[in-house]
Amino acid sequence: MDVTAIPTVATTGGFLLGLAIILPVVGILSSFALGGRYAERIALILMPAGLSVAAAIAVLLWRAGEPLVYVLGGYAPPLGIALRADGFSAVMLLTSAIVISCAGFYARANFATPQGVKEARAPFTFWVLLQAVWAALNIVSLGGDLFNLYVALELLTFAAVPLVCLDGRSETLTAALRYLLFALCGSVFYLLGAALLYGAFGTLDIVLLADRVRAEPAIWVAAGLMTAGLLAKTALFPLHLWLPPAHANAPAACSAILSALVVKGSFFLVVRIWFNVLPSLPHETASAILAALGSGAIIFGSILALKQERLKLLIAYSTVAQIGYLFLMFPLAGGPHAWAADAWSGGVMQTLSHAFAKAAMFLAAGLIAESLGHDRIADLRGVGSVMPVTLFAFGLGGLSLMGLPPSGGFVAKWLLLKASVEAGQWVWAVVMLAGGLLAGGYVYRVLAPSLASGDIDLKVPRQRSREGAALALALVAVLLGFAPPSFFEFLQIGRVVVTGGPS
Amino acid sequence: MSAATLAGLIGAALVGLGLYGLITNPQPMRKILAFNLVGSGVFLLFGIIARRGAAAGFVADPVPQAMVITGIVVAFSASALAVALVLRLYEVSGGVTLQSDAAEGPTANKADA
Repeated sequence: MDVTAIPTVATTGGFLLGLAIILPVVGILSSFALGGRYAERIALILMPAGLSVAAAIAVLLWRAGEPLVYVLGGYAPPLGIALRADGFSAVMLLTSAIVISCAGFYARANFATPQGVKEARAPFTFWVLLQAVWAALNIVSLGGDLFNLYVALELLTFAAVPLVCLDGRSETLTAALRYLLFALCGSVFYLLGAALLYGAFGTLDIVLLADRVRAEPAIWVAAGLMTAGLLAKTALFPLHLWLPPAHANAPAACSAILSALVVKGSFFLVVRIWFNVLPSLPHETASAILAALGSGAIIFGSILALKQERLKLLIAYSTVAQIGYLFLMFPLAGGPHAWAADAWSGGVMQTLSHAFAKAAMFLAAGLIAESLGHDRIADLRGVGSVMPVTLFAFGLGGLSLMGLPPSGGFVAKWLLLKASVEAGQWVWAVVMLAGGLLAGGYVYRVLAPSLASGDIDLKVPRQRSREGAALALALVAVLLGFAPPSFFEFLQIGRVVVTGGPS
Repeated sequence: MSAATLAGLIGAALVGLGLYGLITNPQPMRKILAFNLVGSGVFLLFGIIARRGAAAGFVADPVPQAMVITGIVVAFSASALAVALVLRLYEVSGGVTLQSDAAEGPTANKADA
């Protein structure tokens, strides 16, 4: 196993990993220090800076061809804490930076501090929490220590929950409270698992732990507890009950971030546990259970999406379904098989393309809801003629969800489909095809009335720059479909390949 | 029965009791208390692991103790955030329960039924 090949000393440019985390934190602190309307300016200035850092990390990683490492304070693990960036981390950093920048740009209209007011509650909270979500996501992507990742996960939850209830209505407060309780239950399980791992192996550093793990009861209990906790936070079926009300009732920019990025944070940790900590242990049964739950999510979430009457709820249920696809990589991407690399790329691509497509769809839905004053699907007639760009962005996002070419969603589902056929695990292929058809159904349910002719009077004039933010995200989701082969090589950097062993 | 085993059993009992409360009680305040009960059980487990000195054969391992302190801070912040949400919800709607889905909004709960 080549996990030990990853160095435990800092590599060149490793300080950038620290910088990616520090930047948003500096933004949060200075927002509090300067207060008021400065929070918005600071957040908007930091967005291009954070995007450049993420891009620089990706370039360095591409040149190095092996994971970047930064050892905090010069103390090597197990005593100290290491930050590590592999291919998946780098694309997560980039995705977070792009989605947060677009959502922030879009949100300026909703969360501007009014003239003549020194500080307004909702805008100030929004801009600070936006940077907090960003900082937490970056720690989740880079963290190399399971306890450090626990803290990151909690930061992510604490930043994400208030985003749901910024408007202070009782429905959103209830949704936020339910989300928080699910998340707390999940995090306490994760912590219990971490305690058992530390007790059994004396370290929580991912690389060191991967070397020490043996198949014994403690590790299965710990892995089970941690995975169950993370699934509650990821909202994998049947633990998805909190997601639709929380994501559908939040302000559009917040929904985009919650659906595109926050649920991916905890999914990323599930991947870390099974592919970086436990790759050497046989886990066919656990993988099959995860994929079975994923299949349940695809079918159940898609059918519920078909039945929704409100646009934002439809998109939220589609998130439940699309999360299911992510878990189909587990039985396929492990082990020394030829198809494992494809399945890994497919899982990562699904993470990325869903993030961009779903953010675009939520932003577009927010514009539609603002312009019409409602988001009832039955009354969308004529939207296509008055808001063509918005509907186009929604449609492109839908294209990627259905998995039609050319789009990132197509590549993701094609790779997973190919891997499942090569592996002889046909059942996942059948589920994916059914999910694609159902996704086509619920996207069509929105597009069909929108493209029909009808009279609509807009309550607010068209906002071209905000339409542009949604369209840009949708275009990235489509452009991912044209990714060159070198992009998939990049995604493989740092993937732990098990050679030999019982699987 | 050694002290460590006894503490472990008590920790397990706390986690079990807390989990039961978390699942069965519809009132958010009780759920928050139950969450803290589960947390206490987990922290007790950390204490035992620290006592065992799993990492380097110390008399007492300081790392789990550092983790427990962090964990307590996190659990405290989580409880504070949850209580703040409950209070706000009470101010806005005059009642607090998660039992029925009616609070999800008149248009939101149709498919959940």
